[in-house]
Amino acid sequence: MAENGTRASGRNHAKSVGQRVTRIEDGPLLTGHGEFLDDIVLPDLLHCAFVRSPLAHARVDSIDLEAARALPGVHAVLTLEDLMPKLRSGRMPLGASPVGGQNKSTPFVLSGKEVAYVGEPMVLVVAGSRYIAEDAAALVNIAFSSLPVVSDARKALAAGAPVCRTELDSNLMSNFQVGYGDVDEAFASAAHVFEDELWQHRGCGHSMEGRGVVAEVRPGGELCIWSSTQMPHDVYYMLAGMLRIEQEKLRVITPDVGGGFGPKYCFYPEEAALPAAALLLRRNLKWVEDRRETFISSIQERDQYWSMQIAVDAEGTLLGLRGSMIHDQGAYAPKPINLPYNSVTAVTGPYILPAYRMDVDVVHTNKVPVSSVRGAGYPQAAFTMERMLDLVAVKLGIDRADIRRRNLIPADKMPYTKKLQARSGASLVYDSGDYPAAQAQVIAAAGWPDFPERQKKALEEGRYIGIGLANAVKGTGRGPFESGAVRISQDGKVSIFTGATAMGQGIATALAQICADELEIGPEGISVTAGDTARTEIGLGGFASRQMVTAGSSVKLAAKAVAEKAIKAASKILSVPESDLELDDGYVRKKTGNQSISLGELARVLRGAPGYAFPEGLEPGLEATIRWRTDALSYANACHVAEVEVDPDLGQVTITRYVALNDSGRMINPMIVEGQVQGGIVHGIGNALYEFMGYDDEAQPLTTTFQEYLMVTATEVPNLETIYCETLAPGNPIGAKGVGETGTIPAAAAIISAVENALAPFGVRISQTPVSPETLFKLINTARQASQPHSDSQS
Amino acid sequence: MQEITLLVNNRPYSGTVEARTTLADFLRHSLGLKGTHLGCEHGVCGACTVIVDGASVRGCLMLAVQAEGAIVETVEGLAAEDGTLHLLQEAFSREHGLQCGFCTPGMLMTLIELLRETPSPTEMEVREAISGNLCRCTGYQSIVRAVLSVTGRPGGAPGDL
Ligand code: FES
Ligand code: FES
Repeated sequence: MAENGTRASGRNHAKSVGQRVTRIEDGPLLTGHGEFLDDIVLPDLLHCAFVRSPLAHARVDSIDLEAARALPGVHAVLTLEDLMPKLRSGRMPLGASPVGGQNKSTPFVLSGKEVAYVGEPMVLVVAGSRYIAEDAAALVNIAFSSLPVVSDARKALAAGAPVCRTELDSNLMSNFQVGYGDVDEAFASAAHVFEDELWQHRGCGHSMEGRGVVAEVRPGGELCIWSSTQMPHDVYYMLAGMLRIEQEKLRVITPDVGGGFGPKYCFYPEEAALPAAALLLRRNLKWVEDRRETFISSIQERDQYWSMQIAVDAEGTLLGLRGSMIHDQGAYAPKPINLPYNSVTAVTGPYILPAYRMDVDVVHTNKVPVSSVRGAGYPQAAFTMERMLDLVAVKLGIDRADIRRRNLIPADKMPYTKKLQARSGASLVYDSGDYPAAQAQVIAAAGWPDFPERQKKALEEGRYIGIGLANAVKGTGRGPFESGAVRISQDGKVSIFTGATAMGQGIATALAQICADELEIGPEGISVTAGDTARTEIGLGGFASRQMVTAGSSVKLAAKAVAEKAIKAASKILSVPESDLELDDGYVRKKTGNQSISLGELARVLRGAPGYAFPEGLEPGLEATIRWRTDALSYANACHVAEVEVDPDLGQVTITRYVALNDSGRMINPMIVEGQVQGGIVHGIGNALYEFMGYDDEAQPLTTTFQEYLMVTATEVPNLETIYCETLAPGNPIGAKGVGETGTIPAAAAIISAVENALAPFGVRISQTPVSPETLFKLINTARQASQPHSDSQS
Repeated sequence: MQEITLLVNNRPYSGTVEARTTLADFLRHSLGLKGTHLGCEHGVCGACTVIVDGASVRGCLMLAVQAEGAIVETVEGLAAEDGTLHLLQEAFSREHGLQCGFCTPGMLMTLIELLRETPSPTEMEVREAISGNLCRCTGYQSIVRAVLSVTGRPGGAPGDL
């Protein structure tokens, strides 16, 4: 990239991009002075609780609020009808869409006539304390008539299946096909065809801080909303469309957000109900999701059933892939259905596949609505592709790394255009990356070639060890833009304002580093305001591993513009040619000699003062706002190798070694990248072995505490060995690619591959995640019984 | 309503609480010590961990009235009066032991207890110690690294833990 031409001498501040800079976020968080949603205190704040449906599908016959309303300390008990005077619609808009209109799949603000999943919000209770609000919620008496339940997505389309909501004619929300090439010909001419049925189960996002909303009624009819969301601007636009309030009187702020991981990407009923109630009651309100509510009302993801066939030639070169997939959408769709589309367009991943066809059914069930959880459709895609490749390898006796190597897109084919289209119609262009080199590096580091020897030895000792690998590609940096503004105030303090949302990933530090380098200062003193609609007019927020690329590029260009302006202004004020000036630690200095002027002073001059001269030819203000535009994605890639030991008598899996390579382009802060990769892998380990959001046949949730739903703890993971490559993204000014999801995407596929490999002596095939010890035990036993007549089939 | 008096981070506090108020809610909402977080309110995630009379407890499972007369330590008491971070806090920042920071207060308090009892823990002992603290962000490795970086250092952490 072009650097500021005025910087030439050696006095410049040490560069911060690329360094393991400690985070500017940490101080308050370490000392208990962070400000998370539940930490917000306002005068006369009232507390809310929701009455939620206890049934997966039922008609509401009556709602009796008398007892709840009579409880001392209760201020209001509200149904949708009560809120309607403040709402333009009782139905939620389609989030993250330009139209924001409703359709028959968006949820209701509160449901009063029919409920379609356990946890659906029905009544809002407002009281002096959360304790009292929950007491009152328990006193709301609702009479239901049960309706037939759709619990299994695979049965949702069967003839005579009940519908998940009576307003629908069918549970089929959408059906679509994607594909290219002559698939049937590919299969007809293939040396080998294999098939499998795969399932990846739903889990929850489970940020340690749940969702939450605070609504403050301000003088002048203004309303300020704090929400623990990844999408403050979307909440703002959607609320402005829903509430009977002028857009300009509304403000949405994200406080410190205790993790996002996807579920906070949606605009939720509670985020509409609270503001409406605040307007109605003219009171400040707070609602904080408790963990049980997370389990039954926050977005879940990953339930997909894939029926797949793969065609290869005699050497295992891919010829075709075809099949069908059922995506469980849950009871409602709060957003356009991007996930199943992501899944089926991502399935071909880093491989060359000549022909492909998928038929997708998106179906409703009476379960918590589905949208993205870290990975957003990609983990299922990687799982499907990698498992199919393993199937071919095992059946044909080809090494699993070899079969991948034969099919990976070689580096000299970059940029590589997939014959698939994004939902927008744009073609999928992989911008850069060296997948074969990445895989080669990981398998060397992981000791892949020696493993069969080690495995043989272990087996002689009666130990079942296995190794597995998986590749992944993730489109990151989704546009169309993100806002980045850089402003220098009169005391010389540098501030960044962005539409990007901070949710724990360290975006403030990374943006400060980029800005610091342009301004030749250190990043420590830079303040970053992320996620405040009054400070940043337009923005998108946190999803799709996009913020480093988009906000980072905007901040880079904005800081560069500010730096250039500071030099220009200083040149006029000091009467020194621009080429003799440089930025240095908060000053513009003459390269030789000691003339200088501070950035603060320049900001004072450029702020203007009546009756004083203003530097000629310059616009007022020492600031710049950039909304760097992009329609392309930058593709990050990862290759993971997992090693496990399985106890076949207990079905117990121990991960003994984990080696992962990540290439997310330029690393602005390698320490933060490492944190994202490690956290992402551990999330994937959870998906592979532990996290199971269970429902019974009546779609009653079975796992609503952390005792039943197992999150990975520190004792389940080995020290992860991570390797980093930096194939710069050619399409953006900072060369970065996203990193928030790449750790998660291949992890489950790599682990299951390893588990299956460990159990090769039994001939077990694993086509699902998660695999609990019980599931594994059953698989092993079934395989053992099947092989018994031949006594010992082990090799 | 009950009167209670307790010592929190070496400062005496008193207040009235309902018998059912949890210690965590009392610390957060009555005393304004909002560093103690609630991640599950059913005793599993460890975000609410504080030290009561020298032993770590789950603030969401203990009632405030049970802390009558107790000595309570919370994350707010870790740094020195002048704001100098505790060695462990500093190590968390240096080793990137926190991302969103929501689990961090509970992690820190759990680890303070560990280091008082086991000044030079092994990696496995650190992992065991925090196995009752959930973190969705970090994958734990950086937390473990942070702890190990302040143990066994000559004149290092254990003395002032
Ligand atoms: S909030 Fe107390 S253990 Fe989770
Ligand atoms: S740092 Fe976010 S949960 Fe631990």
